[in-house]
Amino acid sequence: MSSPEDDPDPFRREALGLLARAPSARLGELFPDLPEQEILRRPETGSVMVRGRAGGTGSSFNLGEITVTRASVRLPSGHVGHGYVQGRDKAHALRAAAIDALAQHDPKRIEVEILAPLRREEHLRRAARAAEAAATKVEFFTLARGEDE
Amino acid sequence: MYVAVKGGERAIDAAHSWLDRARRGPAEQPVLDTAQIRDQMSLAVARVMAEGSLYDPDLAALAIKQARGDLIEAIFLIRAYRTTLPRFGASRPVKTGAMRIARRISATFKDVPGGQILGPTFDYTHRLLDFRLLADGALPATDPAEACETLPEPAPRILSFLDRDGMIETAEPDQAEPADLTREPMELPAERALRLQALARGDEGFLLGLAYSTQRGYARNHAFVGELRIGTVPVEMEIPELGFSIEIGEIELTECETVNQFKGSRTEPAQFTRGYGLTFGQTERKALSMALVDRALRWEELGEDGQGAPAQDQEFVLSHCDNIQATGFLEHIKLPHYVDFQAELELVRRLRDGSAGQEDAA
Repeated sequence: MSSPEDDPDPFRREALGLLARAPSARLGELFPDLPEQEILRRPETGSVMVRGRAGGTGSSFNLGEITVTRASVRLPSGHVGHGYVQGRDKAHALRAAAIDALAQHDPKRIEVEILAPLRREEHLRRAARAAEAAATKVEFFTLARGEDE
Repeated sequence: MYVAVKGGERAIDAAHSWLDRARRGPAEQPVLDTAQIRDQMSLAVARVMAEGSLYDPDLAALAIKQARGDLIEAIFLIRAYRTTLPRFGASRPVKTGAMRIARRISATFKDVPGGQILGPTFDYTHRLLDFRLLADGALPATDPAEACETLPEPAPRILSFLDRDGMIETAEPDQAEPADLTREPMELPAERALRLQALARGDEGFLLGLAYSTQRGYARNHAFVGELRIGTVPVEMEIPELGFSIEIGEIELTECETVNQFKGSRTEPAQFTRGYGLTFGQTERKALSMALVDRALRWEELGEDGQGAPAQDQEFVLSHCDNIQATGFLEHIKLPHYVDFQAELELVRRLRDGSAGQEDAA
């Protein structure tokens, strides 16, 4: 489990994760208009090397890269937001950065209007997939062995 | 020897124009959408991502479309694109033990906590052509599986049961920064981290052949599939400007852990050994092949005898498993070698003249 030391801001951490994993189009629906903001870092696409561990738990190794787009913005209030999202969607990164900045300014509003729906929808997607998987779980039964006769 | 020659521009332009039209196919057919490739040719997309070493389903679908379905050409396009991207950093090692499972099977234990989950597999199909797909391929209506209210607990690693009893070698983490063959050229002998990186992006067919060779006796190591799992994991990275790590996305992975022939001695009790495969996407044949070849390459550190088998020879395996290096060198011999060949032609002529002279003298 993570201790407060390595998780200094669990709300922001969870929010940034939800924003990164959300479909870009859905984020656009929930948050269509970007606020007035200064762009500190224009959206930029790059890569992140994904690491794995030998044997799942052993020494780490470089598995391969993913595409990531990042952006940073500052609101007139002075709050700075960062967006890091998988893929190459610049609007997605910019929107995530703006929401991250707003969430520091008005966390309640962002939680109600954006994070709560994203969390619910992600849960539903995961639950649907888990249900598909559960339906393919094998129920073993032993056939008559023949030695009973 | 290479000599610059000019000419052929018109022919090349015409060839590429024909290529574009050949890719498009008959104009009366609807054009293939990359979203369709991404979602309906998803295993081709997975292979291109795994061997292109870049996880981006949209780009992989685009590459497959552009390459007319030639997957090695598509992998080439992805590798070329990858080199244009600035590197933001490296993720924390993914936690495959907490994977959201779509498929998870074990060939070593029947009853395992979390169960055997088949997922969307070709196993147990009859491999008969399904002519319904020639028509519209409409699926019979099925009731959607009842959605679970609570998500399942992560399935425990099956090898952890053997590990607990000391029956298998441990896989302990260390703090070492893994070498990266995309940054520094690979030096041989390569440590396991570098070998796993090379195998993860290696050609599926090549690794399949090598893995098969170990099963047939060339460095036999008798692998059991301890666990094969497919599912999604979050990718987490430390963000310097935040000062903590966040999840920047989620990827699908295939992981294969094999339980292999044991080692032991008079002083050490016998223990099973491990092979490991981890690949992007649903790429099960590749992950399984990787695990067998990984295990074969570990012969020296496990104190086994070198049998001189191809799968044990890391110079052979690692230098030849990359299909982009291989196809680059192979296909370059199609390009003009006129001067090279002229030299050889001259040589053979002179040799023939010489031997003809000797015959006359005899």
